[in-house]
Amino acid sequence: MKRTLILTTALTSFAFAANAAEVTVMSWGGAYTKSQVEAYHKPFTAETGIAVNSVDSDNPATPIKAQVEAGNVTVDVADVEFSDAVRLCDEGLLEEIDASILPDAPDGTSAADDFIEGALQDCAVANIVWSTVYAYNTANVDGTPTTIGDFFDTDKFPGKRGLRKSAKATLEMALMADGVPAGEVYDVLETDEGVDRAFAKLDSIKDDIVWWEAGAQPPQLLADGEVSMSTAYNGRIFNAAVAEGQPLEVVWDGQILDFDLFVIPKGAPNKEEALEFIKFSTDTQRLADQASWISYGPARKSSGALVGKYSDGETDMAPHMPTAEANLGNALVNNFEFWVDQDAELNERFNAWLAQ
Amino acid sequence: MSDAPADMSLMSPAQDAGRLTTKDGRPLKAALAAAEAQAKRKAFFLVLPLFLFVLITFVAPIGQLLHRSINNPGFTTHTDISSGTKTPIMVNIRDWFDANPAGTPPDEAAYEALAKDLVVLRELKAPGIVGTRINYERSGSRSLFTKTARKAAKLEPPYTEALLDIDEDWGDPQLWSVMRGASSAYTLNFYLAALDLTRDETGEIVSVNENRQVYVKLFTRTLVLSLLITFVCFVLAYPVAHLLATLPLRYSNLLMIFVLLPFWTSLLVRTTSWMVLLQSQGVVNDALVATGTIADDSRIQMMYNQTGTIIAMTHILLPFMILPLYSVMRPINPSYVRAARSLGATSWTAFRRIYFPQTIPGIGAGALLVFILAVGYYITPALVGGADGQLISNLIAFHMTKSLNWSLAAALAALLLGGVLVLYWLYDRLVGIDNLKLG
Repeated sequence: MKRTLILTTALTSFAFAANAAEVTVMSWGGAYTKSQVEAYHKPFTAETGIAVNSVDSDNPATPIKAQVEAGNVTVDVADVEFSDAVRLCDEGLLEEIDASILPDAPDGTSAADDFIEGALQDCAVANIVWSTVYAYNTANVDGTPTTIGDFFDTDKFPGKRGLRKSAKATLEMALMADGVPAGEVYDVLETDEGVDRAFAKLDSIKDDIVWWEAGAQPPQLLADGEVSMSTAYNGRIFNAAVAEGQPLEVVWDGQILDFDLFVIPKGAPNKEEALEFIKFSTDTQRLADQASWISYGPARKSSGALVGKYSDGETDMAPHMPTAEANLGNALVNNFEFWVDQDAELNERFNAWLAQ
Repeated sequence: MSDAPADMSLMSPAQDAGRLTTKDGRPLKAALAAAEAQAKRKAFFLVLPLFLFVLITFVAPIGQLLHRSINNPGFTTHTDISSGTKTPIMVNIRDWFDANPAGTPPDEAAYEALAKDLVVLRELKAPGIVGTRINYERSGSRSLFTKTARKAAKLEPPYTEALLDIDEDWGDPQLWSVMRGASSAYTLNFYLAALDLTRDETGEIVSVNENRQVYVKLFTRTLVLSLLITFVCFVLAYPVAHLLATLPLRYSNLLMIFVLLPFWTSLLVRTTSWMVLLQSQGVVNDALVATGTIADDSRIQMMYNQTGTIIAMTHILLPFMILPLYSVMRPINPSYVRAARSLGATSWTAFRRIYFPQTIPGIGAGALLVFILAVGYYITPALVGGADGQLISNLIAFHMTKSLNWSLAAALAALLLGGVLVLYWLYDRLVGIDNLKLG
């Protein structure tokens, strides 16, 4: 009996010791979370002994806000979009992150100079540049769609369309398909007529739209043949095409570039470990490593040279990056200020339009 | 109860001979009362856990929800997240609102008050929160507050020009009307928003722009779809329940398992199975195409629309109709119908006049269960409803988890709760709640 007691006590204290060093990271699930687990979580645990709990959400910004406002924070690090990072920071829901703690590039360039412009915010550190593109299943589409206009042209390319159930990116794509040049999209969208114009364009294919919410859905919908074309996060399509051999093609025309950034919610239970994690994950080598698991561009300039081949050892990553020269022909950079401001309003209008 | 012994002692002739006492000399009445009080205390302690449970998990949250639907302190109080300290904010401008009646155009004093408040906001890092509160009712206000607060410390009189210089939106009468509305933490504006109404510049209640109206439409759709699903459930469940109740035991047990197995299966599993079956590349469509019933390019769209919502919800809610019906039909004595038949009634008349009336309590219970569950359904429409199969609860969830406008979510939920209570009351008046039999 006594021995059992000692044993259990020892085990409990061991369990407590193990519990003490951990960090919970919330990301977007699917192939993207996998790339982070491989490039960040595993090496981080190996080096520091701090265990990483990986949890997923369709969009980590929303549970973060709910958790902080409810005073019950369980997440230490979250991976969020640009406009959400800025908005959450504005609302005082995030811990500030001092950029000077981030490691320098191998050649000695300071982190502040090494990161792409905009990648370092008061409360956030970017890890990738990703993009919303549209992709199609070559088995279900006759001909070759090449422009964003083709996505909205169901006469030329019949079939269902997958779109993210959110105003962001959807409205911009509708305007670009309607002939608005990328450079003018946000000027047009700022006006009521511009918003009407975007919704009118969406109206033209409304009956053919299948809405998705989680990033893992579009490759699935495309592979099932449930839709012939779908908007998607570009890395998800890359993984479905290269790793799983699905006949999917990305159309880069009208792509919308955005950052994903690491943030620490205010009141995070393991703030120290969270900072360690961010420092570790956003150094030059780790960011380059992640790019060998999914086709998202690293947020540091110095990582670019280290990006080589996909983890299968054959596929060259460079042409699949949203930032590759050939893919930037008609690309739009997400205007975070616009969405910080208009998100609530446009999503309300979007919901009303959906329900019509 | 405690009066009864007292009455008896009043009537008792022994009263004249002095008061009745127990063996140890205490008055009987007091002793009885003491014993009963003790029994009551015991009974109370027995129900206490349940009482507390209901209070904590039911009454308190609903109370909090109702409170939140009329209370939003975003413009009046700032709560620091790490320390929990509450600081009153926008003090000066709220004073100005109190001193001036609605509709007064903002003067220099108002702009000065505003500028001072914005400086405080900047120090508290709260412009985003205040901006969000105003943004609920007037879009574009969020950045107005954050942008202006950043420059507020450097503002110099005259403040009217200084603020309008930063952004001319500060002169927008609608913005001032919204700020006035928000200057009291208690407001009915969230209920207005939940009914597609808003206040114009002068404070009058008007409908919102047509392309923003969504809630009334969804309330109506929720009501209509719930009634439809209840009716379909009834039509499908009645014969099944009758079979269950009348078949010999060994068949009816087997049939019962077919009813209960899906009932015990996870809601998500059942919903996603319907997706597999009904999607346009799904089993049903494939079978129809393979048999040549439909052409490959005209597959029927049964998923991600209202049809999907109705089919999946009907299937999921069906057992809630079958089981109460079964429990009512089981004890119905078959000799009544036989008697009616032997007295010359047709089988239809016997059913209509003898059998059916006896099953009404089961129909009432089943319909009420299915309807109330359907009104609040959320996961199934979210998964299979596409755009036009969404119900009001999906928008409540949207405001709870995405837009985080909890006050609006609470107002919508309160309206839904109110609606269900009204329907329950109507049901009680028309059918009678005593007529309910759950088993």
